[in-house]
Amino acid sequence: MKKLPTKTSDGATDIVKTNGKKDRHTLSCLVENKAGVLARVSGLFSARGYNIDSLAVGETEIPDVSRMTIVVKGDEKILEQVLKQLDKLVDVIKVSDYRATPHIERDLALIKVKANKSNRSELMQICDIFRTKIIDVAADAVVIEATGDEEKIQAFLEMLEPFGVMEMSRTGIVAIARGKNVLSLKK
Amino acid sequence: MELTGAQIVVGSLVREGVKVAFGIPGGQALPLYDALYDAPFRLVLTRHEQGASHMADGYARASGKVGVCFATSGPGATNLITGLANAYMDSIPVVAITGQVRTGVIGSDAFQEADATGCTRSVTKHNFLVKDVRDLARIIREAFHIAATGRPGPVHIDVPVDVQRAKTPFVWPATVRIRSYRPISAPSDDDVRRAAELIRRAQRPLLYVGGGVISSGASDALRRVAEKTDTPVANTLMANGAIPFDHPLALGPLGMHGKYVSNMALQHCDLLISCGARFDDRVTGDLKKFSPKSKKIHFDIDPACINKNVPVDVGVLGDVRRSLEKLLPLVSRKSHPVWRREIKAWDKKHPLSYRLGDGLVKPQHVIKTLHRLTRGEALVVTGVGQHQMWSMQWYQAKRPRHFLSSGGLGTMGFGFPAAIGAKLARPDRTVVSIEGDGSFQMTMTEMAIAVREHIPIVVILLNNYYLGMVRQWQQLFYNKRFSSTALTVKGANAADGKEPTPGRDPYVPDFMKWAAAYGIEGYRLTRNEQVEGALRKALAAKSPVLVEAIIPRDENVFPMIPAGMGVENIIVDMA
Ligand SMILES: Cc1ncc(C[n+]2csc(CCOP(=O)(O)OP(=O)(O)O)c2C)c(N)n1
Ligand SMILES: [Mg+2]
Repeated sequence: MKKLPTKTSDGATDIVKTNGKKDRHTLSCLVENKAGVLARVSGLFSARGYNIDSLAVGETEIPDVSRMTIVVKGDEKILEQVLKQLDKLVDVIKVSDYRATPHIERDLALIKVKANKSNRSELMQICDIFRTKIIDVAADAVVIEATGDEEKIQAFLEMLEPFGVMEMSRTGIVAIARGKNVLSLKK
Repeated sequence: MELTGAQIVVGSLVREGVKVAFGIPGGQALPLYDALYDAPFRLVLTRHEQGASHMADGYARASGKVGVCFATSGPGATNLITGLANAYMDSIPVVAITGQVRTGVIGSDAFQEADATGCTRSVTKHNFLVKDVRDLARIIREAFHIAATGRPGPVHIDVPVDVQRAKTPFVWPATVRIRSYRPISAPSDDDVRRAAELIRRAQRPLLYVGGGVISSGASDALRRVAEKTDTPVANTLMANGAIPFDHPLALGPLGMHGKYVSNMALQHCDLLISCGARFDDRVTGDLKKFSPKSKKIHFDIDPACINKNVPVDVGVLGDVRRSLEKLLPLVSRKSHPVWRREIKAWDKKHPLSYRLGDGLVKPQHVIKTLHRLTRGEALVVTGVGQHQMWSMQWYQAKRPRHFLSSGGLGTMGFGFPAAIGAKLARPDRTVVSIEGDGSFQMTMTEMAIAVREHIPIVVILLNNYYLGMVRQWQQLFYNKRFSSTALTVKGANAADGKEPTPGRDPYVPDFMKWAAAYGIEGYRLTRNEQVEGALRKALAAKSPVLVEAIIPRDENVFPMIPAGMGVENIIVDMA
């Protein structure tokens, strides 16, 4: 039997990192890996006027199932609607909200920064501290690969600001629960 | 034995028990229509695909079965959209099958190519693009299952022409198993028990019933719960007929143009029991003022409807009929004489009323007469506008599935083709299509179908020479600036772009001549005393007839709660 998306008590936020933004929610959906699924999900958000911060989709351990991680903005009521409406889509197998679950979030950013001989070593030090990697170097620019949760990437970007960020490409948040807790196909 | 995709479509529809389907052929539906030539079910050629989608919808509403329509690719498919959106908003099970350009050229802007599944995605419950003929039978089986179960709705299947031609063995799947689609229909014991507890404590309970009661076949269970707990029943537009109009607990319609008594009961009840209704803004008005004193129970099949617009104390997820049947033994027999007296007083204070005036034909009188002559047992289908609201008020039906109206989308043009679909579903019933002159002109071309297929329908056209409902709003809220609402010919003032003056300027078409052109009987009523005689003749007819009632141009629908306001703002009458 199809279960309603799990409801949690309001107090749940203290065990979850919310990056200081209380109306920001990370959802994870298992969907059929079929043509049109992404359009159905993104269409739902635009049709109902929900705000998405990011949407990341990729394969899972099961060949015909994809996983979408969606970061949405909205209050409690909107979140409940988003979960229920997603769950109603025929191709969505399971929806889960990570508020009450200890979990890990990661975003991968590729950032192109202005840098030359004179300031490159200073930049490398910053990268070291943030445990990010320089993966391409040219005479007057470098490309940095940064992985982390939203807070870390944000802090890192602030440090890069004085150098001059030329370009950035990000994957959006992907998430997974800690421990042996898994998002199973069973509804 | 191998069959073509087109033959598999026909074979699958037969397996699904389809008795009638509606549509128009075209280039990318030729193999399909070739197979349909041998189909053992009735195939109705419509004049517009919108007509086909509304006929399938009307058929589904009247019969409770899935309605089926066809169209070719491109313009055929896009013409279906309004009908699908209409069915989607009112949760009506429809399966639409369209032709598509061959798979090899999809995406190349081929002749008559449209991204049909892209177009229908947001107005259907689900859709499919079939790329392999071996998936076809399973997809059709799934489509019917999805359309008819859970919260019902339309499903679209797009079948490229090469898939229609390709051959494969026809294997009808024994069962449907969709791992991502398992709607809940059995309510939880706990939820029902909590609902029963609130009902036990209530002094002023009210049942607020919507289309879900009709679609789940819950009328009987509803009546028994109402009787056992002595709870009055107010209905939405969609639930007209959910309880017999002459039942002592039936209050009648609520909402913007509902009855005073129903809206007052809504406002003053201490327990609101919503069954298969979704707290639409045409019912709730200002949400902040909506039914402020009541605890609320919501029975619904759709989890997303519970707590969407109005927070409720107990939500019971599940099929409404099953929920009410489960509830029945858990509630004790009650009576609420004080509450019933209060209700009676409201009903006495402002009953529905109208003035007969100086012999002119009043729309309310026409419908009231129709109700009397048919004892509320005709199957009535309406267009959208004032005539729809008068129909809702004055034709309270005796039975479920006997009052069909476009509720959620408010689609002008729905009524007449839906009436054709309804008559094919219920040939035993008198089917009356109550239309406005604006709505009727959107799809009246389908009269050709009623004539061609010998489908006797009584059309009652309430002609006010206006897009009356919009005119009413312009009169009340836009300073009587009647912008683009008169339907008459522009007269002497035409050159300066002024609006025509109904009453002086002529009206087109002349509906009597139009009726003659289709070879059907037409009656024009201009005096009140003609109403009964003409209706009697029309109801006795064995072929389609048109009764055109020329009604006052400035007649308004009352009572009215202006949009976004509360019951205290109700306008009972203009005078
Ligand atoms: C397809 C469509 N277009 C526009 C509207 C907006 N609209 C609502 S009622 C109405 C007027 C309907 O006129 P008519 O059918 O003559 O009915 P009346 O109100 O005069 O009884 C209009 C234009 C609509 N509901 N549907
Ligand atoms: Mg009109």
